[in-house]
Amino acid sequence: MRIGPAGFRVGSDWRRPIAELENLYRDYPKPEDGVPDFTVRLFAARPWRRFVRPAVMIGGDFTIPDAAPLPLDLGLLAAEMGMNLQMALAQRRYLLLHASCVERNGRAVLMTGESGAGKSTLAALMMARGWRLMGDEFALVDPETGLIHGFPRLVSLKNESVAVMQAALPQARFGPPQLKTPKGDIRHLVPDAASIAAMAVPAVAAHIVFPRFGLERAIREVPPAETFVRLTQASTNYVALGERGFDALTRLVTSVPATAIDYPDAATAIRQVEALA
Amino acid sequence: MSARLLVAALRDPASVAEFNAAGWTALISAARAEQMIGTLAHRVAGLPMPAAAARILDDARASAEQGRIAALWEAEMARRALAPIGVPVILLKGTAFVAAGLEAGRGRHIGDLDILVPRDRLEEGEAALLAAGWEWVKPDPYDDAYYRRWMHELPPLIHRERDRMIDVHHTILPLTAAPTPDAAALVAGAVEIGCGLFMLSREDVVIHAAAHLFADGDLAGGLRNLWDIHCLIGEFDAPGYVERLRERAQLHGLLPAVDRALRLSQWLYGAGAPLTPIDRPFVRRLLGRDGWGRQRRKVSEFGFYLRGHLLRMPPAMLARHLWTKWRKGYRPVG
Repeated sequence: MRIGPAGFRVGSDWRRPIAELENLYRDYPKPEDGVPDFTVRLFAARPWRRFVRPAVMIGGDFTIPDAAPLPLDLGLLAAEMGMNLQMALAQRRYLLLHASCVERNGRAVLMTGESGAGKSTLAALMMARGWRLMGDEFALVDPETGLIHGFPRLVSLKNESVAVMQAALPQARFGPPQLKTPKGDIRHLVPDAASIAAMAVPAVAAHIVFPRFGLERAIREVPPAETFVRLTQASTNYVALGERGFDALTRLVTSVPATAIDYPDAATAIRQVEALA
Repeated sequence: MSARLLVAALRDPASVAEFNAAGWTALISAARAEQMIGTLAHRVAGLPMPAAAARILDDARASAEQGRIAALWEAEMARRALAPIGVPVILLKGTAFVAAGLEAGRGRHIGDLDILVPRDRLEEGEAALLAAGWEWVKPDPYDDAYYRRWMHELPPLIHRERDRMIDVHHTILPLTAAPTPDAAALVAGAVEIGCGLFMLSREDVVIHAAAHLFADGDLAGGLRNLWDIHCLIGEFDAPGYVERLRERAQLHGLLPAVDRALRLSQWLYGAGAPLTPIDRPFVRRLLGRDGWGRQRRKVSEFGFYLRGHLLRMPPAMLARHLWTKWRKGYRPVG
């Protein structure tokens, strides 16, 4: 399937993860020209582990050594991790930022922070309010144009945010529960039709937000130098892109305002973010 | 096997004109698995192909170019660390190819920085690198002791700020291997390539590549190694070159490895060459990559893993080594 500008081929020793992907990604286009950018493979560590206590190893064009296998019940999560891994390790066309991103009127808001900051949940909630979801995990900065390209894969919702989104989007499609993962209980949410339809359309970066969940409401302007350093830490390929990465990031932080927001609950955060954009 | 597609595309780039989407997909996966995507990208640049493939290969060229810049910078950092104590930096493998502007370096993936240092300067060199910010990677005392006693290089060092690895060699084969290359002759024959950096002589650089491939290790990365050899010989060939190369290989005790490298690189990438029956399993191992980038032919892979170790050390020592590694949880082929 194609997600934003990147095409993927996923192969598996088991039928089930593929069936789940086919179902959840059924409205996504195929890779351009039938040539995917990346290959992901889900395979058994040992031949007999296809059948006996199946353990899913994540492989593909690019892999990290010593990654722990996942049980077959988490095969969908393994496929998603495999696709993320290809992007994180090998994306070289765009500066990759670990950020969620939503767009309205051609203007994109990037939200980045540590795990648990709420970037996936906030992006999904804003999608429910009519924003286009450009991605809950990665935002791609084009070094040539400075525009943001989306990567609207399935939204990975963790723990309490699953129920929050089921309440906010009762009609939406969700993947099978992925329980007891290393990051808690996960459930995948299919982005809405408008977000999928517009996934190849880039947007102008309008605001960079650093949300933090669980604190008193607070808001602080972040100067470009600090934004630069924070985003180098949020990028997996900043170093690998060399001068192109430096130029792209410099252009982004000097042309786009950045704000850190602390929030006690999602409703507050959404008011804060929408006031900025 | 898709490794064959890769070899065909490198030998005759125009052959990609016939590839369909599935062919391109398999070719790209095999090239990535063999860490030859940058080489392939340069080789087929400008030929008609699907736009998606062209974009992937554009990225691969840009990525290789950035890799080249980073590799040259690492070489310069090592030179700055070693220059004050008068130890010359003799570059090996990929970094040498790009520093010298050789065809073999075009688009080549470069991992670690490999350098050769005269054995009697090794301790000083190690101290100078540690003082300049490199640190030990192997926390395991068995591995560390093993390297220092038996290997042709120091345990790998990694730079604490740049996160880049350096392999400091004092010869080109483990001390436990049967052939004993003349390390002093390697150093004495090194040639300056500018900016205070050196590389092995035109003969020794090919001998090193052949030694690395056939007298040490399990043939992983063999297609790339043979491509290096193919390019080096193509660029260095002149009347008398191959004779000098074989003579020099004799001196290092590596003539069989060099002859095999000449045959296999010709067979794969050149005009063809007659193979010996013993070359056949090598070809089988080298072409084991499928269209998903997987190494098939596990038996062949394991056979060459064992062979690599048997070449590296006598059987009793090998048994002890593998037993120690097994107990530590290491598994050779997964």
